[in-house]
Amino acid sequence: MAAAAARPAVSLAMALIELQQVSRIYRSGDTEFAALDKVDLTIEQGEFVAITGSSGSGKSTLMNIIGCLDRPSSGVFRLNGRDAAKLTRVELAQLRNQTIGFVFQSFNLLARTAAMDNVELPLIYAKVPAAERHRRSTEALERVGLGHRSRHLPSQLSGGQQQRVAIARAIVSRPPLILADEPTGNLDTVTSIDIMNLLTELCVKEGITVVLVTHEQDIASFARRQLVLRDGKIIRDERKPEKLT
Amino acid sequence: MISIGETLRVGMQALGRNKMRAALTALGIIIGVAAVICMVAIGEGAQTRVRAQIEGAGTNVLMVMSGSSVGGGMRGGMGSQPTLTWDDLRAIQTELPTVRAASPQARTMSQVVSDTTTWTTTIYGVTPDFFAIRNWAIVRGTALTASDQAGAAKNLLIGQTVSEKLFGASADPVGQTVRIRNAPYTVIGVLDKKGQAGMGQDQDDAVFIPISAYTTRVQGGLSKFIPGMIYISAVSSDLIDDAKRDIESLLRTRHRLDLEQENDFSVISMSEMTGTLTSAMSTMTALLSSIALVSLVVGGIGVMNIMLVSVTERTREIGIRMAVGAQPGDILLQFLVEALVLAIIGGAIGVLLGWGAAALVAKSFGWTTTIRTDIVLLALGVSGLVGVIFGIYPARKASLLDPIEALRYE
Repeated sequence: MAAAAARPAVSLAMALIELQQVSRIYRSGDTEFAALDKVDLTIEQGEFVAITGSSGSGKSTLMNIIGCLDRPSSGVFRLNGRDAAKLTRVELAQLRNQTIGFVFQSFNLLARTAAMDNVELPLIYAKVPAAERHRRSTEALERVGLGHRSRHLPSQLSGGQQQRVAIARAIVSRPPLILADEPTGNLDTVTSIDIMNLLTELCVKEGITVVLVTHEQDIASFARRQLVLRDGKIIRDERKPEKLT
Repeated sequence: MISIGETLRVGMQALGRNKMRAALTALGIIIGVAAVICMVAIGEGAQTRVRAQIEGAGTNVLMVMSGSSVGGGMRGGMGSQPTLTWDDLRAIQTELPTVRAASPQARTMSQVVSDTTTWTTTIYGVTPDFFAIRNWAIVRGTALTASDQAGAAKNLLIGQTVSEKLFGASADPVGQTVRIRNAPYTVIGVLDKKGQAGMGQDQDDAVFIPISAYTTRVQGGLSKFIPGMIYISAVSSDLIDDAKRDIESLLRTRHRLDLEQENDFSVISMSEMTGTLTSAMSTMTALLSSIALVSLVVGGIGVMNIMLVSVTERTREIGIRMAVGAQPGDILLQFLVEALVLAIIGGAIGVLLGWGAAALVAKSFGWTTTIRTDIVLLALGVSGLVGVIFGIYPARKASLLDPIEALRYE
C-alpha cells in the first residue's frame, strides 16, 4: 500500500462499511451463543452513527468486527470495499492502520510516554519517516487543541485532555473512519460534551465517518443516525432530519 | 513490517520506561560475561606465565627421572622407583659431547631454624653445576664449590624468600648459622630472585646444600642410587633433541635394557614440560569458563523471566499497538529487540567489568592476565545468542495475543 500521504481514496460507489447477514457466534461446550445474529448494515462515508443498546446486546462485538479486530463467523463484512474475512492478520493490521482511528473509553494511551509519542504511534506502523511523523503529530495535537501539551505524559493530563490525545492519535493517519467505544464513559458531563463536539466537528468539517458506541442517550443524540441493538439484532435504525450542529 | 532501526527506537523507548528493571535484568548477563572474561583472562595469563618461565629457565634444559615401578599389577608414577645411579650421572657428565653439565637434584621439606625464628621450606641437595644449568645467579656471598661438594660441607645457599623469612628483608644473612635437622650450616650466599614457577609455587622459598651433605645428613636412601632426579643442560638448545637421544641410549645400555623393554627412566625437556603444563592449564581454564558460562545461561533465563513478566504487564500496550496497526511481526520483533538490547548492553558492560576484574586480580595478586579478543567476541556473541534464545518465547507469546483480549486486559 502506498504511504498515506493523502487520505486513502474512498470509492463513491461503495459504502465505507457494509455488513451482509453478519453473525458472530461464540461456542462454549455444546451451547452456541450468537452475539450478532445476521446483521445487515450499511454506513456511508461521512455519516455520524451512534450504536446503542444494553450490555450484552452485541454492540461491542459489532464494534470489534467493524474495527477489524474480530472476524464474523458467517456473512460478509466489507470495509472500504475490502472483504475482511479474506484478509490475513497482517492485512487486517494494515487495514486498521490505514482506515480506522480508535478512541476508547479508557483512552488507552501508552503510560510514561509523551503525548506526541502516543500520537505518532499509528504513523510508525504506517512507515512514515520521522520528520513527517513529527509534523503530522504536531498538527493533529493542534487540531484537538493540545499543541502546547505535546511533551506531557498521560499522567500529567486531565481525562478530557487524555481523550483528546487519543483522538489526535485516531486522526493522525487521516483515516476515513473513527471508531469510538464509549469515548465519554470516563468523563464528566462538561468534558463529555467537549469531546462529542470535537467528534462532530471532525465529522462535519473533515468528512470523517464516526461510529460511536454508547449506552447514554444524551451522547447518542449527537449522532445523526442512531442504531439500537438488542440480542444481536438491529431493532431500530433512525436518521435525524438535517439540522444545525 | 517496520524497519529494524525503528523497532530498535521503539524497543529502547520501552526499556527506558523501566530503567531499574532493565538494569537488573542486564545484571545477570553482566555477571555472566564478566565471569567468563575474567576466568579466561586469568587462565590465559597463567599459561603465558608458565610458558615464559619455563622458557626462561632454559630451552636447553633436560630432566632425567628414575623410572616407574611395576608391582602387583600397579604401576607407580615417574620417580617412584630409583633407577638412576651415581655412575649413570658420571657417565652422562663425561661420555656425552652433547651434554654441557649435569647435576643431581634431591629435595625434601624441612624446618630451617635461625637464631630467632624458624621457617619450613624445601631443602634441595644439588651440585655446584646446578646453578649454571638453571641459569641462577648469586646476588650476595659466594657459590657452592666443588670442595663443598667433596667435603659434604655444611654450607648452604638460600633463596630470597627464605632470607626474608629468617633474617628480615634488610639484613645480610651471609655468614649466619642456621640449623636443619639439628645440624648447623653456614649461609654462604643468597640467590637471585626467581619468582613463581609454572604452577605458582615460589621458587625462592628454597635452601640449597651440597648433595653430599644432603645424602649424609638429610635423607640417606640407597647409596648406589640418586635419591632424586638429574638436571642436564645441552650444549645448545639446537642440540637438545640430540642430547635427549644420547642420554636415552646411554642409559638403556647402562641399564642393560633389551629392545622390547621400556625405558626404566624418562628424559623430559622443558619444552615438553611446557606442553604438559599448558594443556593442564587449558583444561583448568576450560573448566572455569564453562562454570562461568553456566552463569551466563542463568542470566539469560533472567532475561526470559523479565520479558515474560513484561509481556503480561504490557498486554494492554500490545493491544493498543495492534489496534493502531502493528503487525504480529512488529510486536515479535520489538520484544525480541528488547531482549537482545538487554543482552548485548549487558554483554558489553560485562566485558568491561571482566576486564577490570582481571586487571584488579593482576594488580593485587601479581598474576599475569591476558584478555583475548576472540574470547571477548565470543562472550558478546553468546550473550547476544542468549538474548535471542530466551527472548524469542516471550516475544512470540506477545505477538500471538488477541488484540481484543489485550485491549480489555486490566
